[in-house]
Amino acid sequence: MPPTHPHYKPTFSHHHSLHASRAVQMYYHHSESWGYYTAAAAAAAAARVMADPLERVARLASENAVVIFSLSSCCMCHAVKRLFCGMGVNPTVYELDQDPRGKEIERALMRLLGNSPAVPVVFIGGKLVGSMDSVMASHINGTLVPLLKEAGALWL
Amino acid sequence: MQSFKAAPTASDMYYHPHYFLRGDESSRNQTRFPDLGELEQSAAFHHDDAVDLSSSAMFRLKSGNVGVVSPLHFGGLNTNIGPSDMVSTSGTGVVDTGQLMFSKGTAETATATVASLGNGHFENWGESGMGDNSQQTDTSTDVDTDDKNQYHGVQHGALVAVDSMDQSKGKTGDQKTLRRLAQNREAARKSRLRKKAYVQQLECSQLKLTQLEQELQRARQQGVFIATGFSGDQSHSMGGNGALAFDMDYARWLDEHQRLINDLRSAVNSHVGDNELRILVDGVMAHYDEIFRLKSMGAKSDVFHMLSGMWKTPAERCFMWLGGFRSSELLKILGNQLEPLTDQQLMGICNLQQSSQQAEDALSQGMEALQQSLVETLSSNSLGPAGSGNVADYMGQMAIAMGKLATLENFLHQADLLRQQTLQQMHRILTTRQAARALLVISDYMSRLRALSSLWLARPRD
Repeated sequence: MPPTHPHYKPTFSHHHSLHASRAVQMYYHHSESWGYYTAAAAAAAAARVMADPLERVARLASENAVVIFSLSSCCMCHAVKRLFCGMGVNPTVYELDQDPRGKEIERALMRLLGNSPAVPVVFIGGKLVGSMDSVMASHINGTLVPLLKEAGALWL
Repeated sequence: MQSFKAAPTASDMYYHPHYFLRGDESSRNQTRFPDLGELEQSAAFHHDDAVDLSSSAMFRLKSGNVGVVSPLHFGGLNTNIGPSDMVSTSGTGVVDTGQLMFSKGTAETATATVASLGNGHFENWGESGMGDNSQQTDTSTDVDTDDKNQYHGVQHGALVAVDSMDQSKGKTGDQKTLRRLAQNREAARKSRLRKKAYVQQLECSQLKLTQLEQELQRARQQGVFIATGFSGDQSHSMGGNGALAFDMDYARWLDEHQRLINDLRSAVNSHVGDNELRILVDGVMAHYDEIFRLKSMGAKSDVFHMLSGMWKTPAERCFMWLGGFRSSELLKILGNQLEPLTDQQLMGICNLQQSSQQAEDALSQGMEALQQSLVETLSSNSLGPAGSGNVADYMGQMAIAMGKLATLENFLHQADLLRQQTLQQMHRILTTRQAARALLVISDYMSRLRALSSLWLARPRD
């Protein structure tokens, strides 16, 4: 029930999703006496919970030259890691089974690429390269190394 | 060896004394049996039952006038062909030739046939080949002076025998002589034609034999695989079918591949234009795509069969990597046979060599990780015997292990992709002519490896 009375005191917690954020907004709008800091923190927390996992993926992918989303138990992920290490590249690896929100990302990646299992997924220079077959194909046809150099992951 | 006694009966021996005479070993040497020698060489690699061999041998007996009576003699000549094979055919050969002989009606004609058969093989036979023949046969009394002339200079024994017999008979007319000469020539020509046909048939059967042997070996391995495999449950029987289906598809693919390669080879040798060559090269490349498609289907139905390499010959299997050839090795096989290469091409080839090697290493390490993880799963302490009450744990661990096994198919798929892409990249870098040569070199290497397997399987064992 949306609060309309100006004296309404919202008793939301951080785990209320949509209602919480709306309540925060409305509350902020209606009452200036409430601490800005708390509200903003609450909003930020709510926003994080709400954020599209793919957006998070994109954000993480852009933070490093070579980003691999992996599962620690996945052997194909191990193979792709070894491939990059063998080329002298130092990839940033996110083990989704060790991330509290890894499951979401895994599901999102599965929707994105349609692979099962979803991992490994490789980003170079923030751009999606794909799964093991795409990585290998681009390595064999000679496009991987220029891509790595462009992203600054490989010198020489 | 016992069957030697059974085959030629006494009555046969009586009617065909010239066959009986072959027991004289001292005058024999290997050159007397040129057909047999060829037989030995061509059949040396085929120790399996030679289906076509018996009919060929029969034919040889008809045309070559060989009496295969002495078992000892045979054994000396021929260690690879089981003597029993030859014996059974020799017996029937004798009978058949006898039928051939007697169907002509007259002894005279029969003699002419005999003599002319000998004549037809005149150049092949040793000195007293025909001499022994004519010496002790009743029907050879008609071998007269003119026949003697034909054997002149070679058949000394015959001369003596014929002379004495001839004089006792009295003079024969020139007309009769001329007729006989003509008949002899005719029969000689026919026997030469027969020999030619026989040799062709022999070569065909040699080819068939190689194929049969390969199929037999494959089927045997497949039979062993199924027999010693897991307890027959539904999934396994399906797997067995998938494996057999792939084996058959692969055999067909291989035949077609050989045909395409032969076409390519003749095109390269006859220096056809680039356009025509490109079509042939593209055809071979498309055919390679076909095998990868077949392998992918085979992996879906039976990944272990694909990984085992039981569909390959032993030597290929020994040096195989992850269900197929090593893509990095492909370029080593080519070596410097692609020269001259432009600088850009050279760099492309070197990069391809390096990247395929790196990809192979990565996949190999992934496979090792898989095996390691399976070891850990299966050797986990929680996998106690069912009786200890850890059934849930056991099933849980087994489920995990099953999941890990499922990734095998992915690894095989990646390995095949790697092989396919290496071939395609090589095709892209090279010119049409270079690509044609490369495909021929690669195909020759593979077929030599397969031939090596056959030779090894057929090697004489102590």
